[in-house]
Amino acid sequence: MPDSLQKNDKTFLEEVERRSGQHMVECYQCGNCTAGCPFNFAYDLPVSKIMRLVQLGQREAVLSCHSIWLCASCQTCTARCPNNIDVAKIVDVLRHMAREAGYATERNVKAFGDSFLASVKKHGRLHELGVAVGYEMRTGRFLTDIDLAPTMIGKGKLSIRPHHLHGADKVAGIFNRFNEGNHD
Amino acid sequence: MTNSAIAYYPGCSGKGSSEEYDLSTRAVMRRLGAEPQEIEDWNCCGSSPAHMVNHELSAALSGRNLAQAKRMGHHLVTTPCPSCLTNLKNAQQAAWDEDKRLKINKLMDDECPTDVDSISTLQFFTEHIGLDRIREAVVSPLPALRVACYYGCLTTRPPKLMRFDDPENPMSMDNILAACGIEVVPFPLKTDCCGAASGMPRNDITTRLSGKILDMASELKADAVAVACPLCQMNLDLRQSQVNRARRSRYRMPIFYFTQLMGLAMGLPEKELGLSKLAVNPEPCLARAGVR
Repeated sequence: MPDSLQKNDKTFLEEVERRSGQHMVECYQCGNCTAGCPFNFAYDLPVSKIMRLVQLGQREAVLSCHSIWLCASCQTCTARCPNNIDVAKIVDVLRHMAREAGYATERNVKAFGDSFLASVKKHGRLHELGVAVGYEMRTGRFLTDIDLAPTMIGKGKLSIRPHHLHGADKVAGIFNRFNEGNHD
Repeated sequence: MTNSAIAYYPGCSGKGSSEEYDLSTRAVMRRLGAEPQEIEDWNCCGSSPAHMVNHELSAALSGRNLAQAKRMGHHLVTTPCPSCLTNLKNAQQAAWDEDKRLKINKLMDDECPTDVDSISTLQFFTEHIGLDRIREAVVSPLPALRVACYYGCLTTRPPKLMRFDDPENPMSMDNILAACGIEVVPFPLKTDCCGAASGMPRNDITTRLSGKILDMASELKADAVAVACPLCQMNLDLRQSQVNRARRSRYRMPIFYFTQLMGLAMGLPEKELGLSKLAVNPEPCLARAGVR
């Protein structure tokens, strides 16, 4: 347990509730979300514990954990919550807050997401090869998935050139306005 | 049979790693008398990376696609990709909230429409075409093929957003393939996660979770797995070699898109189904089942 347990940052709970639109105090720690989570084996904090730590205002402990970056948004927790809390949405919001606060405890996950969005911003559509190259540039892991390349190229599943669309500038505009604004 | 036009959103993988899903979906839709009209100049929805950064950014990216569909005169979009579908549905739902709509529209050149619905192609086949019309279109049933239907996470979840089939035990794909004369096996892991987009950053997670699905299909003596999601297909098929390496298994389990199996039963030409694009060669399995 983090030693900051004495300090209860109430603004953290309020912010998570406001940004997710969820009533977090309704979580009574039944553990259904954790029991169904397929990624639990890889988590440092199980999702039910994250819910509890948010209730206790433990900003630092929650935003610095690995679990929120690993969550696949599979929606099992949300589908099974007996109190109809959209748990996956809360985890999404925690990722937003962790990113804004400069945390990136799963560096490669962040690098993958960043490469993905950079590709969409540039071309309007995802360019799969571009994402792989962008990821490798960001992480220095130049051999990632290299074993899949011969099959993908052989089957015509990896277009070398990106698909460009007429509205690519419109899509870039969405990203630019987002980056200019102060969104939450 | 009347020709009914519906807006169609292929999603980015449909133009790359899941081209055979896009091809076979369009071919089967046409065979069943539906007319998929591709959304003009559609853009990427940002998939999970976008909603992991910001919900309004994600909604604006999908909002543009909904606006493009509306401009073409459509009020219903269908997509084969569950992740695209989640984002389309979330965008429409966010736009129903006035405060969120203002924020989303500020990011767009356009306005995010509130009156353009979206459904999966699985739902389209189930509710708009119906099992009777599917059964009528079958010319070569495949009774010797034992198939495990794997739906993945997002096809039916979260239930309040997807409003289709059962979130724990969906049956729509089972029913469609059974109507195509295929033997479907009861598959207890049908909505378990395959590891989603962890394949590149955390391959250990993907090989473990996809491995469990292949283990179960194999234990149940399925000849093949049928899927409805490009990412599930990639993890189970293209990454099957990685799963085998990580888990010391030796699977050669073909992973079909359900639309490819529908097309086979409907006698559609191979070229329209893209079977040769699957990483695990499906031919031995199809030969054993007497399909060809």
